[in-house]
Amino acid sequence: MNRFQDFYLPPAKSTVAADTDALFNFVHITSLIFLIGIVAAIFYFVYKYKRRSEHDVTPVITHNNALEITWSVIPFILVMIVFGWGFRGYLNLRTAPTDAYEVRAIGKKWLWEFRYANGFVSVGELHVPEDRPIKLIMNSTDVIHSFYVPDYRIKRDVLPGRYSSVWFEATEPGESTVFCTEYCGTAHSNMMAKVVVHTKEDFETWMATAALADAGLPPVELGQQLVQRNACQTCHSIDGSALQGPTFKGIFGRQQKMEDGTVVTVDENYIRQSILQPQSQIVEGYLPVMPPYQGTLNDDQISAIIEYLKTID
Amino acid sequence: MATTSSFTTGKISAETIGGNGVSLGEKEVKKLKIKRFEPVEEPQIHYLNAEKGLWSWLSTVDHKRIGLMYLAAIAVFFLIGGTLAVLLRTELLTPAKTFMDADTYNQIFTLHGAIMIFFFLVPSVPAVLGNFILPIQLGAKDVAFPRLNLASFYIYLIGAIFAFVSITTGGIDTGWTFYTPYSSSTGGNVMMMTLGVFILGFSSILTGVNFIVTIHKLRAPGLTWNKLPLNLWGLYATSIIQILATPVLAITLLLLTMERALGIGIFDPALGGDPVLFQHFFWFYSHPAVYIMIVPGFGIISEVISTFSRKTIFGYWAIALSSLAIAFIGFLVWGHHMFTAGQSSLATMVFSFLTFLVGIPTGIKIFNWLATMYKGSIQLSTPMLYALIFLFQFTIGGFTGVMLGALSVDIHLHDTYYVVAHFHYVMMGGMVMAFLAGLHYWWPKMFGTMYSEFWAKVSATLVFVGFNVTFFPQFIMGAQGMPRRYYNYIDQFQPFHVTSTIGSYIMAVGFTIMAIYLLHALIKGRKASANPWGSRALEWQIPSPAPAHNFDHTPVVLNGPYDYHRPMSEFQMGVADKKH
Repeated sequence: MNRFQDFYLPPAKSTVAADTDALFNFVHITSLIFLIGIVAAIFYFVYKYKRRSEHDVTPVITHNNALEITWSVIPFILVMIVFGWGFRGYLNLRTAPTDAYEVRAIGKKWLWEFRYANGFVSVGELHVPEDRPIKLIMNSTDVIHSFYVPDYRIKRDVLPGRYSSVWFEATEPGESTVFCTEYCGTAHSNMMAKVVVHTKEDFETWMATAALADAGLPPVELGQQLVQRNACQTCHSIDGSALQGPTFKGIFGRQQKMEDGTVVTVDENYIRQSILQPQSQIVEGYLPVMPPYQGTLNDDQISAIIEYLKTID
Repeated sequence: MATTSSFTTGKISAETIGGNGVSLGEKEVKKLKIKRFEPVEEPQIHYLNAEKGLWSWLSTVDHKRIGLMYLAAIAVFFLIGGTLAVLLRTELLTPAKTFMDADTYNQIFTLHGAIMIFFFLVPSVPAVLGNFILPIQLGAKDVAFPRLNLASFYIYLIGAIFAFVSITTGGIDTGWTFYTPYSSSTGGNVMMMTLGVFILGFSSILTGVNFIVTIHKLRAPGLTWNKLPLNLWGLYATSIIQILATPVLAITLLLLTMERALGIGIFDPALGGDPVLFQHFFWFYSHPAVYIMIVPGFGIISEVISTFSRKTIFGYWAIALSSLAIAFIGFLVWGHHMFTAGQSSLATMVFSFLTFLVGIPTGIKIFNWLATMYKGSIQLSTPMLYALIFLFQFTIGGFTGVMLGALSVDIHLHDTYYVVAHFHYVMMGGMVMAFLAGLHYWWPKMFGTMYSEFWAKVSATLVFVGFNVTFFPQFIMGAQGMPRRYYNYIDQFQPFHVTSTIGSYIMAVGFTIMAIYLLHALIKGRKASANPWGSRALEWQIPSPAPAHNFDHTPVVLNGPYDYHRPMSEFQMGVADKKH
């Protein structure tokens, strides 16, 4: 069964997945039985009662109460089972255990940002321990997004102007993909992230070192890591191709024509301003779609990114 | 041959016609002299040539001509929407860019959805087949308000013009659902498109009003509610939904326009609005709209299966009333589009329960149609072939709907390709197949010609195979987690996408063949007889194509439209001339 299931369902890596999958299989198997019956009846009738002549006489059968009640009541009972089963599972999905570990999740066009209790911020990667309920407190800074992890069978819309939450408990270490499933514009299909599940010990270590890991790195390397971690390359290429934003290739010192017609030279302050308040200066030919990184990146990190950008040409 | 006899409408005592006892109830109302009117074969003058010239078409109040003008319009939209679909599928052959960029892709899937739903599916059966056949099935000369009927066609055209302006002046990339705050903040000409859909809504409402009044007031003598063809029950239920639900869409779109144009905060949280409110409003129309699209399809399938099984319909009242039940319960299930959006758990439970409830009458219909075929005399002509394809595909659409109604699983499947496949199985696999069944069924009555049965079957087979190859893989990749409205996707889904694209090409070939043989039939198809299917229904008791005023006599209905055990002579009755 499991190997067969791998063909149509993603791996089940959360505590709730098994129940959802069982219901999924129950409905499909029941449906398949009905469907085979219906198709068999169609073929049999078409074959058996094929028109012999234009003068065929057919019996008058207007209704049959017993039969009609049967085929109303049996499906009704079946769908009520599905209803009850699904609702029970749903309540479980909606009710986070009280001891859940809370992480803030922020969706913005087009990246996922995660903030931990110790102040660490990661973009595009959610680090969690296994066998521990995790509750995400989520909101959006622009339009509606939706946080979806197929491996965990969870999904919740992420709204601007209000919090929503979702919880899960990962059952094994490894990585799972996060998709945005509420259409949010140009790079909607690139708005992905991954959940990195550590063993409990590894998670403690990660927590303790993650925030400090950047400390010893040379600025260029740190900048490169930050660009990757913050998913900058979703919209800015480093090979010169045009994506949603201008390419990073040869960006430093470039003459850039702006939307209002002025020409500016890209320097440290220009880049700093573009990261913190991207809407304040838009390069000609591009849309004002970049989310602001005010509060996500600190001064040291921005300086490191600038140093890294200087090296791309 | 013509037997003239005395007959009274309403409820009267048994009457003798041509030696057969016809029981019609007890109470006496008024006496009518009736005689048999056999339809003329190959009439020289009919509604297509009774008046000539372009102006006679543009200014016509004939419901049949209006139906044909709608047919031409929706055929154009289906061609556009279908071409867009093939472009989308081609783009999805590879992850990331195949031949168009992301913004173009987003605009194209929005247009595909908006055009197919608002400009093709919603008007398809009611405005085309309904307009053409409803008055004839009632034994009436026209709908109750013929001028209003013409007005609704022009309103539809004006709506379409707005949509075209929107497309050519920036386009829209909101998805056909126009979700806020994305739709209130994105570029493009969203306002023009929403105005187009807003205007279109009035066309839908006027058609609904017209049909309800016509069914109530213009039934032929003897055509009591329990003899009403099931197609009319379907259209009746549809009209109720059109009248009650469409205004909500109009209000919603108007509020959206006010927000975009005047900055009044209703849905956009940046202005103090509530984005989820928009979803409630939108689905309050758009879920019933799904039934606007499918319920008239049920009517067609009932007609076709009974005719081609040449047998009394099984469970007449079950089918008729389940259409009404679906119409009413269908109003109360809109929240099942929002299980992940943030409504209360209580609301979610109620919506889930009602969703399952609405599934029951739908299931009952399937069994009734099957039972109708039992011991019938089945002829596998093209309309019947489409009806059987409908049964298969719509059943899959229904079962996967049950899957999506199950709360915990819906959380996983919501907004994935599973949903895309589900609604294509219902809308295209169900509704479009029902429309094609109806089109091929009534084609002889519309144009007085027959299409090539061979090519029709080849086309039906290609459409059937192509459809399933296109959409079945989408169930699998959806269950695996492929989100919808994705321009780019991760590599593991590529085999499914490629299969799906190949399927769409097969379907395109099928529809091309259909266009060719239908056009051929239109121009030089062989003449059709008045009643090529041997149906007992009223519309087949007049010449093909229909006369300009449908009936040259006032028809009198003695039997139900599915009483195949009665001789044909009892179905060709009309009020005799005074001199008889």
